[in-house]
Amino acid sequence: MTLTASAPDAPSPAPATSALSQAWLFTRRHPTLVTGGAIISLMALAALAAPLFAGDPSTMNPAVRLRPPSAQAWLGTDHLGRDVFARVIYGARVSLMVGLLVALVAIGVGTVVGLVAGYFRMADAIVTRLMDGIMAIPAILLAIAMVALMGASVWILILAIVLPEIPRVVRLVRSVVLSVRDAPYVEAARAGGTRLRVILSRHILPSTVAPLIVQATYICAAAIIVESALSFLGAGVSPETPTWGSMIAQSRSHLARAPWTVFAPGFALALVVLSVNLLGDGLRDYLDPRTTRRA
Amino acid sequence: MTEPVLSVRGLTTSFRADAFSPWSTVVRDLSFDIGAGETLAIVGESGSGKSVTSLSVMRLLAERTSRIEGSAKLEGSELLALPEAKMRKVRGSAISMIFQEPMTSLNPMMTIGSQVAEVMRCHLGLSAAEAKAEAIRLFEKVRIPNAKDRYDTHPHKLSGGQRQRVMIAMALAARPKLLIADEPTTALDVTIQGQILDLIKDLQVETGMAVLFITHDMGVVAEVSDRTLVMLRGDKVEEGSTADIFARGKHPYTRALLSAVPRLGSMAGRLNPATFGLIDMTTGEATPERALPAAADAPPVLEVKNLCTRFEVRGGLFARVTGAVHAVEDVSFDLRPGETLSLVGESGCGKSTTGRSILRLTHPRAGDIRVDGAAMHALDGKALREARRAIQMVFQDPFASLNPRVSVGTAIAEPFIEQGLGTQAEAREKAGQLLERVGLSAKVMNRLPHEFSGGQRQRICIARALMLDPKIIVADESVSALDVSIKAQVCNLLMDLQESLGLSYLFISHDMAVVERVSHRVAVMYMGEIVEIGPRPAIFERPQHAYTQKLIAAVPVPDPARRVLRRKQDIEEIKSPFRPKDFQPPKREWREVGAGHFVQT
Repeated sequence: MTLTASAPDAPSPAPATSALSQAWLFTRRHPTLVTGGAIISLMALAALAAPLFAGDPSTMNPAVRLRPPSAQAWLGTDHLGRDVFARVIYGARVSLMVGLLVALVAIGVGTVVGLVAGYFRMADAIVTRLMDGIMAIPAILLAIAMVALMGASVWILILAIVLPEIPRVVRLVRSVVLSVRDAPYVEAARAGGTRLRVILSRHILPSTVAPLIVQATYICAAAIIVESALSFLGAGVSPETPTWGSMIAQSRSHLARAPWTVFAPGFALALVVLSVNLLGDGLRDYLDPRTTRRA
Repeated sequence: MTEPVLSVRGLTTSFRADAFSPWSTVVRDLSFDIGAGETLAIVGESGSGKSVTSLSVMRLLAERTSRIEGSAKLEGSELLALPEAKMRKVRGSAISMIFQEPMTSLNPMMTIGSQVAEVMRCHLGLSAAEAKAEAIRLFEKVRIPNAKDRYDTHPHKLSGGQRQRVMIAMALAARPKLLIADEPTTALDVTIQGQILDLIKDLQVETGMAVLFITHDMGVVAEVSDRTLVMLRGDKVEEGSTADIFARGKHPYTRALLSAVPRLGSMAGRLNPATFGLIDMTTGEATPERALPAAADAPPVLEVKNLCTRFEVRGGLFARVTGAVHAVEDVSFDLRPGETLSLVGESGCGKSTTGRSILRLTHPRAGDIRVDGAAMHALDGKALREARRAIQMVFQDPFASLNPRVSVGTAIAEPFIEQGLGTQAEAREKAGQLLERVGLSAKVMNRLPHEFSGGQRQRICIARALMLDPKIIVADESVSALDVSIKAQVCNLLMDLQESLGLSYLFISHDMAVVERVSHRVAVMYMGEIVEIGPRPAIFERPQHAYTQKLIAAVPVPDPARRVLRRKQDIEEIKSPFRPKDFQPPKREWREVGAGHFVQT
């Protein structure tokens, strides 16, 4: 006897299509997401499978120094006769690993701190001031100081890059928590006697996931740049490990004679950072359709 | 016959999510005319396409995701074929619009005077000085007090009613031929609503403009419109003179809509609440109304004594306490088993804060709250959690009160499991039974909230509140956000549950007509205080306090025949209960004017 639903007519379902055409439709809807994701995936795959197809990045051969790109060395050789292509591929290992680990650690720590700051008013003032303090320290200087004091290892490097990124995550999580903390469904849970642990994990934390995934990609891109800058300055991982920053630094003086030695790692760096940011923008639009550009 | 101001023929509007999605039609083949000096009301529930119709005529929809077909002629010239640059000239000059939300339709960075003057300089080509003089004249016309001084005021300093007046002034600035009013009074309090409707009517008589009035409120329709067009899911269902539609509506949907409208005064002479009589929207089959029993003559399940809740306001250099909003001030009442006590009043009167203070969702400053014997005001931690089993809450917004990421089964079962009342399996079983009890199927447990309509979600919220077998439910504007027909059904559900489970309700609402139907007793709140409390028939038939009388008189009557009783009211604003730091609230006295009927003196 009752008419319960008053929703407008549902749009007619799209005609059933093959998986391939659906993938194509997804690509047309989210071009940035697919492009960024594809480039990053290829890079990561190449870095992992480097020993299978790229030569040894460390073998020096003074006889073939500063040779232009050829069939033997696809991107030429550097001033010590090392294969630039192999060094670029191996350099991706360091960059991507640092980017990924920094993003994971920053998100992990920042989420816990942000949750506490957002939900408990008492902790908020202290945490917020602490984060403001961290943000006042220039990231590169902090990293150089830490590497100088504690030695150059990948772990110290990651710690040094993570620290200045944490406030960004804390602020993001805190603002999301503040916006849902007094939402009626959280109040309803409180009124029903739901324990704090469940309120946080079931009703509050899930709202932070989508913005955090997007933030993670931006942190990843920033970390890759900082790592390269540190390597360029000689404050990065040990000099024998090939990294894009140290490659550019070592080849600087040969730029006029052998531009490929600088442009190859430089281009790789730009491409990775660009595609990580593309992935981030694409994810933001995909996860939150409200921000999609309108006509 | 003279040419209509606006003539719409075969208007069809479709939307799509993006360039790769199929079109879905929202308004289908709609035709209507509005003549000069005439008011046409388009009535319908959410999703009926009434707002989309007006946005289509104004061509305010995003071009990439919408498609408008058909014809809309303004005094014979086609609007839908006009180039965008010419259309921009039409908007704001020949046709102007007032929107629902007066809080967001004004630019907060500009003074109200310059916003209105700007319209006149753009469309009428007046000089700055002329525009200012004209704007002040308009402010006087829409009855903004001290129009001259208010010219340089920013919108945030005005109340909702005043902002809507500014919006009307702005809409009238260029002397439009057609005014589109899209739910212009929905966000306003009932006493302010009456004033705004009066104003639109007066200005129409004066300027002879045509008015297209879009609303879901049958009371407002009866009050203002000459002709009425009823829409249902994008289709015109019925059109005719308002008197005809109200007296002799032919389509079952029209009659269902009308039967579901609560009418103030329909309960006159009756002691106890009664369910709404409903008419089925497709078959036209009627379900008669049914009276509810009186509340049990037993000791109260809820006793509130001298409740005070204040929110500190800080200001100055070191964020010192400069004063407080006295949201709830010396409020006392009790609630018996099986009884519904309604708290009524306008926005900011403290009725919601009272409800939240009782559940301790807000920390009250002073007062005694006894729920089923337990001293709620003195409890904390685990004891408070357990005490809340007896008193549960149903919130206003059915879209915000369910977590969009949690399935409805889990949401309903959560309080039961969290309170340690049984196993997961027992909780699921009970949740299933309650879903059936509120008129849904137990099979929907694994679905997410977005798969349900507003009314269905409110039923789910009611099921969740019932999970702990409470004795009292605080219903905070629980039916206010629902469509008319759904509102009546949910009210009926609440009353059925009261009868079968012996529940007590603290029914918080601003809607006097609904309150008249569901309550045993009524408490009227004004500026944080109860000014009058008593049995429902006494409050509605013999209101004693001036504020109660004003509140009842302001409710629009869904009967076009009674429109002659115009309410010529003074322009009044709702006052804010903000007090300086050293303010001592006056000691209030109540006078008993009838059995259980108290009035503040």
